[in-house]
Amino acid sequence: MTEAIRTEGLVKTFGRTRALDGLDLAVRTGEVHGFLGPNGAGKTTTIRVLLGLMRADAGTARLLGGDPWADATALHRRLAYVPGDVTLWPNLSGGEVIDLLGRLRGGLDKRRRADLLERFDLDPRKKGRAYSKGNRQKVALIAALASDVELLLLDEPTSGLDPLMEEEFRQVIREEQRGGDRTVLLSSHILAEVEALCDRITIIRDGRAVETGTLTDMRHLTRTSIHAELVAPANGLSTLPGVHHLRAEDGQVRFDVDTDALDEALRQLIAVGVRSLVSQPPTLEELFLRHYDRTGAAGAGGAEVSR
Amino acid sequence: MNTLTGTGKLVRLILRRDRVLMPLWVLFLGLVPISYVTSINALFPTAAGRLGYADASAHNAGFVALYGRLFGSSLGELVAWRAGFLPVMVGLFSILTVIRHTRTEEEAGRRELLGSTVVGRHAGLAAALVATFGANLVLGALLAAGMIGQDLPAAGSVAFGVQLAATGWVYAAIAGVAAQLTSGAGSARGIAITALGAAYVFRVVGDISALGDGTLSWMSWLSPIGWVHRIHPYGGDQWWPVALAAGFTAVLALVAVALSGQRDVGAGLLPARLGPASAAPGLRSPLALAWRLHRGLLAGWVAGFAVLGVVLGYLAAGVGDLVRSSPQMTDVFARLGGATGLVDSYFAAMMSTFGLIAAGYAIQAALRLRNEETSGRAEPVLGTAAGRLRWAGSHLVFSILGPAAALAAAGLAMGLTHGLNTGDVGRQLPRVLAGAMAQLPAVWVLAAITVLLVGLLPRLAAVSWGALATCLLITMVGTALQFGQWVLDISPFTHVPHLPGGTATATPLVTLTAVAAVLAVAGLAGLRRRDIPTT
Repeated sequence: MTEAIRTEGLVKTFGRTRALDGLDLAVRTGEVHGFLGPNGAGKTTTIRVLLGLMRADAGTARLLGGDPWADATALHRRLAYVPGDVTLWPNLSGGEVIDLLGRLRGGLDKRRRADLLERFDLDPRKKGRAYSKGNRQKVALIAALASDVELLLLDEPTSGLDPLMEEEFRQVIREEQRGGDRTVLLSSHILAEVEALCDRITIIRDGRAVETGTLTDMRHLTRTSIHAELVAPANGLSTLPGVHHLRAEDGQVRFDVDTDALDEALRQLIAVGVRSLVSQPPTLEELFLRHYDRTGAAGAGGAEVSR
Repeated sequence: MNTLTGTGKLVRLILRRDRVLMPLWVLFLGLVPISYVTSINALFPTAAGRLGYADASAHNAGFVALYGRLFGSSLGELVAWRAGFLPVMVGLFSILTVIRHTRTEEEAGRRELLGSTVVGRHAGLAAALVATFGANLVLGALLAAGMIGQDLPAAGSVAFGVQLAATGWVYAAIAGVAAQLTSGAGSARGIAITALGAAYVFRVVGDISALGDGTLSWMSWLSPIGWVHRIHPYGGDQWWPVALAAGFTAVLALVAVALSGQRDVGAGLLPARLGPASAAPGLRSPLALAWRLHRGLLAGWVAGFAVLGVVLGYLAAGVGDLVRSSPQMTDVFARLGGATGLVDSYFAAMMSTFGLIAAGYAIQAALRLRNEETSGRAEPVLGTAAGRLRWAGSHLVFSILGPAAALAAAGLAMGLTHGLNTGDVGRQLPRVLAGAMAQLPAVWVLAAITVLLVGLLPRLAAVSWGALATCLLITMVGTALQFGQWVLDISPFTHVPHLPGGTATATPLVTLTAVAAVLAVAGLAGLRRRDIPTT
């Protein structure tokens, strides 16, 4: 078993909305997998299908070697889930909720619980209604992280946490990573977090995976930004396929270029003479924004040159 | 910016959010008394007939307990007296409305969102009170217009309308105060409803005492319900109780505003207590969680039913005395639904009321399922090894056994009190208890309808309250409006044997239980197959 999660062609509709539209997702055992997408892209729906809370209209999903709908109860013993929006019972204390959820999963590591309470600086005696959003999130996180499970499904787990706690969360996940026996599916909006933690990433949009792989893979597949000072104008660039966002002024030229056109573009620059050259690989943020931008993504190839 | 800025806009928001619910209770409570005009006219077409009925009723402890004291025999007086329980209902709806738009909003965090806009500090509270005061005024106006439409005297009709409206005002203001005290909406609601229940009990004890030696009759004066009964629509048309109620309302509203000025948004005046740092060893199953979530409600219902049972059981002996003192009235009571003994038919009538109220509890408990789902609290539990049926079952246990416990408490309390009163515990206790428990299958049918809706049509789950309203309507006005038998048969409560006194047959009880089981199983099957959460 090398894959903790695999979905193929997952479709889920709510009335007229197509929340998932043929989603393929593969998460390898032992990796921390980043799950990125704009609001409403279908991240939460995917996780709910994986939990067997919702049934997909079409496609297949396998989780820890089982069927998430049919084998839900058995599978849930082996995983822990942190919802994106944690609500607690107003009259139960945080400590009670942590213990209850842990026991319902089949067991809780007491020492780890105490350790996490300290690291996340949470008072477990407060009642559910008295916690802030960040503290409610901590309750669910501690309950999940202190459980002895193979798979963690985390839906935007750091939303509402302060930067200090975010760092603490990263530290905890890195320790898990070093242990190597837990798989983590981490849906997130915080790019720095994903960049820092995830072995591989899937970007989804409109219920479809638009990009998946390691960050290096993705960078390779996408564009490099070039900023060059030239001896003379390079006229051939604007007609070169694979060159985007070309701007030329005062002998300076800036553009983005697809990886497979990089060689040809540099050749053209050298042909007119280069005074200075800065080349930057795309940041995750750029990758991400390119997929988030509704107008851009449809024609990720050509039409944007004009800007 | 003054502290009331934005009140008007918030009132409109409340009216928009309550556009279905509010007209429903205003119309229902405002128009129900019209059916009493029809039914009293049909039963007692002549002045002599009314006089006889009034004479007997005024001394009937059971009637006085339910409706209050009666001082005259005109059609209007009888109608207003017969509507004597409506102030409690009006008070209840006013409490629910005010809490829903104050403390519930605050607990959900929506008040904070609104509070950050151009809205004064007291605008939220003021808007909830204004909207509820207005709804009660409309209710009163509807009632007055309806009564005038039935050719009853105009002055009395207005007094009748004001009677209900004023009750609504008092309890809206009491709810306004309660909403400032606790940080949870549930406990605020509990405080206000306890105040309403206490007012009802004080009124009952005071009025019953006035029938006898009158030593405790002052207790009616502790009760706002007792005050508004002193308006005597169509009898004296007294206006001083209205002034008393309005003044009390104003004082309470000012107290609520002052309290709300003393505290932070989200906080209550009663301090929030810390809980345990870790869970007790027993908190390890969905059922244990459900017990934590339901136990407060269960205790409240059982205690309420027990207290009401003691009061009503205590009054039963008086019902019997009446027959002995005026034997010529027996046939009137027989026509009013009596069969063998007056006391028995009094108990049977009380049991059917208890049954309907208990059905409200059953629905409330079953709807917790849906509540857990929509609030997002079901998801983390269902994400663990607890299966859906175990989760659903843990809540349904309380929907099924909770009303059983409440009805048993009522039956035991009534039977024991009456038995001690008559020195015949051994015979009375089992009879009265059986009468209470006989309601259970009908209660279960309503619980099962709720489960069916939650499972198959979750967005319409609240329609189950409509099912209860239908049963209530059929019981309250069905015979008076001469509905066809098939209409009466819709309500499961029609099929429950009238115990004690009636013939105890197992067939309807078994049938009702079977119907409930089928509906519940269908609902659970739907719940197993559908998406959670369905929003």
